[in-house]
Amino acid sequence: MNRTLILGAALSLLFLGGALLSFVWTPYDTEAMVIAQRLKPPSAAHLLGTDHFGRDILSLIMAGARTSIAVALVAVGIGMGFGVPLGLMAAARHGGLVDELISRANDLVFAFPSLVIAILITAIFGPGAVNAIIAIGIFNIPVFARLSRGAALSLWSRDFILAARTAGKSKARISGEHILPNILNLLIVQGTIQFSLGILAEAGLSYVGLGAQPPVPSWGRMLADAQTMVALAPHVALMPGLAIVFMVLGLNLMGDGLRDALDPKLKVLRT
Amino acid sequence: MLVYLTRRLTSLILSLAAASLVIFLVVEVAPGDPASYMLGINAQPDTVAALRAELGLDVPRWQRYLSWVTGMLSGDFGTSYTYRTPVSGMIADRLWVSLPLALYALTLSTLIALPAGIIAASRRGRAADVGVMAATQLGVAVPNFWFAMLLVLLFAIRLQIMPSGGFPGWEDPVQAMKALTLPAIALALPQAAILARVLRSSLIDALGEDYIRTARAKGLTRGQALWRHGLRNALIPVLTIIGLQFSFLLAGAIIIEQVFYLPGLGRLIFQSISQRDLIVVESVVMLLVFAVILVNFMTDLAYAIVDPRLRRRA
Amino acid sequence: MTGVLLDIQNLTIRAHGKPILNGISLPLKAGEITALTGESGSGKSMTALACMGLLPSVMDASGTIQFECQNLLEMPEKALTQVRGQQIGMIFQEPMTALNPLHTIGRQVAETIRIHAKPPNRAEEQARAVLRKVGLDMPLSRYPHELSGGQRQRVAIAMAIALRPALLIADEPTTALDVTTQAQILDLLKSLVKSEGMALMMITHDLAVVGEMADHIAVMQSGNIVEHAPTAELFARMRHPYTRALFDASWHKAQLPEAASGTPLLSVRGINRDYPLPRPRPFAKRPAFRAVNGVSLEINTGERVGLVGESGCGKSTLTRAILGLEPIQGGEITLNGEPVFTHGRPNRDVQRQMQVVFQDPYGSFNPRHRVSRLITEPFHLLNKPPVGAERERAIAEALTAVGLTPDDQHKHIHAFSGGQRQRIAIARALIIRPKLILFDEAVSALDVRVRATILDLMADLSREYGLTYLFISHDLGVVRSITDRVLVMQKGRIVEEGPTERVFDAPEHPYTQNLIAAAPRLPDIGDFHAA
Repeated sequence: MNRTLILGAALSLLFLGGALLSFVWTPYDTEAMVIAQRLKPPSAAHLLGTDHFGRDILSLIMAGARTSIAVALVAVGIGMGFGVPLGLMAAARHGGLVDELISRANDLVFAFPSLVIAILITAIFGPGAVNAIIAIGIFNIPVFARLSRGAALSLWSRDFILAARTAGKSKARISGEHILPNILNLLIVQGTIQFSLGILAEAGLSYVGLGAQPPVPSWGRMLADAQTMVALAPHVALMPGLAIVFMVLGLNLMGDGLRDALDPKLKVLRT
Repeated sequence: MLVYLTRRLTSLILSLAAASLVIFLVVEVAPGDPASYMLGINAQPDTVAALRAELGLDVPRWQRYLSWVTGMLSGDFGTSYTYRTPVSGMIADRLWVSLPLALYALTLSTLIALPAGIIAASRRGRAADVGVMAATQLGVAVPNFWFAMLLVLLFAIRLQIMPSGGFPGWEDPVQAMKALTLPAIALALPQAAILARVLRSSLIDALGEDYIRTARAKGLTRGQALWRHGLRNALIPVLTIIGLQFSFLLAGAIIIEQVFYLPGLGRLIFQSISQRDLIVVESVVMLLVFAVILVNFMTDLAYAIVDPRLRRRA
Repeated sequence: MTGVLLDIQNLTIRAHGKPILNGISLPLKAGEITALTGESGSGKSMTALACMGLLPSVMDASGTIQFECQNLLEMPEKALTQVRGQQIGMIFQEPMTALNPLHTIGRQVAETIRIHAKPPNRAEEQARAVLRKVGLDMPLSRYPHELSGGQRQRVAIAMAIALRPALLIADEPTTALDVTTQAQILDLLKSLVKSEGMALMMITHDLAVVGEMADHIAVMQSGNIVEHAPTAELFARMRHPYTRALFDASWHKAQLPEAASGTPLLSVRGINRDYPLPRPRPFAKRPAFRAVNGVSLEINTGERVGLVGESGCGKSTLTRAILGLEPIQGGEITLNGEPVFTHGRPNRDVQRQMQVVFQDPYGSFNPRHRVSRLITEPFHLLNKPPVGAERERAIAEALTAVGLTPDDQHKHIHAFSGGQRQRIAIARALIIRPKLILFDEAVSALDVRVRATILDLMADLSREYGLTYLFISHDLGVVRSITDRVLVMQKGRIVEEGPTERVFDAPEHPYTQNLIAAAPRLPDIGDFHAA
């Protein structure tokens, strides 16, 4: 175990723990507005202070973590669930029509500025967590497809795959039995990176009002609300932002640590 | 070279065609009719029908697609449903904010990332490398719109040396650049962090290649080998990232424009969405996609300039 | 000692405290070729890198390397850059990656001159002269990817000798090259040593090359020089048992049992295999590269057939076509009269009767599976694969047959050495008792002593199981020792075919004659004893 991995995992688990805990307990009710307590800086009663409605920021951050993690996690799931099989299929039929189609479609999706299309989708089908998930998830598909196609292709030229083919195994079976387990490390590492990108994307979408809608708490909207009073009470803008930074930092450190622990030569996609 | 160029050009055209179709279809399936939306719920059916005819919404879908595409080819992006003015004019005004912003940010990001990446790779494992890597790790994790808010807090509110938002127009270029500086920094820093990391790892890969060892055996110092042989080879993946970043900068600009109240394409999109002015949405998105595809095409050309294997291939 | 140019004294190299070289000493004289030989991991390359001051940073060296009255090990980096390229030149094994793909060859050769000469004028002109000296008469504006492997190695040599260094170090300079190219490069190096009066430190694992080239030979084993003597003396005496073992293994000829002539088994009739090439012009018809061109061959049961040819001649493509892994564009392949391909799919009944052993012992196995799972993979071809005790028996038998123990089945592949892995690969090929085994460069990646044991194993298995095989290799010596009949392939065609001894002793086709003449030959021990 390396230090990067431990630090990253600890940070990530802290947020995950906070998110899970918020289902049963938060220091204060996230919907209770106490106007008398509005815009209070951090204190013993409110560790991270209060917002413009007098709500406890720590409680909101815990509940907001729930949204962020859920959106990013499901989006990564969508990306892997569709992307990996497509990538494996393209690699198995390398040079054929299927490969050509999948690669072209990938290039096409990559050509769309992801956030623009996310905005388009959420704007047209209405804002909300589900549409945010779909929008972010769609852009994870080509990432995983491209990654697994590339990794699988280099495996297909290896002798042990030829050996499996001389044993009469079908391409689909070889993909599942030999290719997938050997690219799993890479997928896990890329998964954590996409997870962290998902957190950032969700925050961006809800900041412009296209993510989770009230009363579902979200970090991006907390920042949007804080914008007008950043001069009055900087902590209102500072705390949710730091939450995002630490969560993303934790996931990235975990990804790097995992890569070093599993195989330092893994080539991940960074965009 | 000619074959390479033709192939890239063909794929450019095909991508544009496919992208336009996708955008058109997405907007088409959007719920709600622009005409009835514009006239409100109390409108008479025949008024709505008349408006639909006026907006060109009564013809079959494929005809509308064709006229939209052919219109764009001749610079006619249609007429805004809401403002009844040519979309091309609206876009052009906003483009003068968004495009300079994206280019400004791209330049900043490249200027920061190149030296940082080179220093980190050439002093691998030493203090400078550790420092750069820690800074980039943080840079990657910071949401640019939040960073933008912090910049406003520090430079506009506390120090009061920069405008906190708005755009004075290009009549006064100095003020205009000043208005774009904080947004560009906010956009550029997270991208610079990514770029520096990619450059570092790509340089480290290049430094492990056999031809670097050959160069050292010729009597080149480590530094000479890095500059003369490592850097250009390492540039190939970096070019890819710079190309990709352009699309992130455009998208990022949309959000950043909200922070700084900049009258760019991003605000135009949000405005049009809330007014169901779908023709504007369609055209702006198409324009952004066109920009990205064009930049990717130029990246491919840049490859050919850097890499003779692409240039000379039959 | 007089005339010693480079004197290595008591050189010790450690990596993370672990010794890699244990105090070796070796003098090199001007105008002479000293060969460092030994198996992989014996420390040959590290010795060379130490002389260049280019050891990886995790390693530290002690002892002295005296060159021109200076100890290279204590020289500051700045001074070393003056020595490199100017007084000591070096060429490496892999010509395909040794040159910067983005610079022209002229620029790369001229760089050696520019970096050292003051003022650096006429570098271009000198570069052209040096390239001509190494036998390359082509424009300086060529890029590496436009050159063949042999041509690239000539460029690498040109860069190393451009400033007429006193010492040239060549680390396996011909290992990646075909035998005819190898002969040319070796000739070039020899003539350069003579004309320039350089000292040459030649590192190679190939004893035949050593015997032909060197004036002195140093034999290395796990970080030590176990024997060092003039070539003739070393061949005649061989004082150290390791030297003897090494040479015995190189001379080794497996004792093949008499071939039992049987019925026709594999029949390949006039097959073609085309690969599409990129279009030369937009919208032009795609041209095709014919990798295999009208090849026909027959193999009878019990025959051991060799297929030799240089890289790119199409022998691997032919192998894959026979295995049914690639479609063919013409002709027919049948085994026992059954076509390998039916309706565009490989025929399982035929595939079941063929197995293959590949070259790379490290890439031939899924690293995640245990040996038992690895070697039973061909069971997939059987309609009723054995289960339970029967499966256990098959695994135990296959492992025992290749000289391993049944207990080895529980281990992962990384627990085995290269030679053991090739044994496991053979076990995997044997386990379903195929009628025909294809050995695709199966011993090419192995050290000479391990190679000898694998060849012996093949002979033993032939005796016990009456194997029929097709042995594909670029190595003429190995093919000669392990086959009854041989096919020679050039540019997609079979150019000569006949009993192995006849083809090697009296080749008929000019290409075969070239190939055999170019192959470096180990001198017979008898020659030296007589001397």
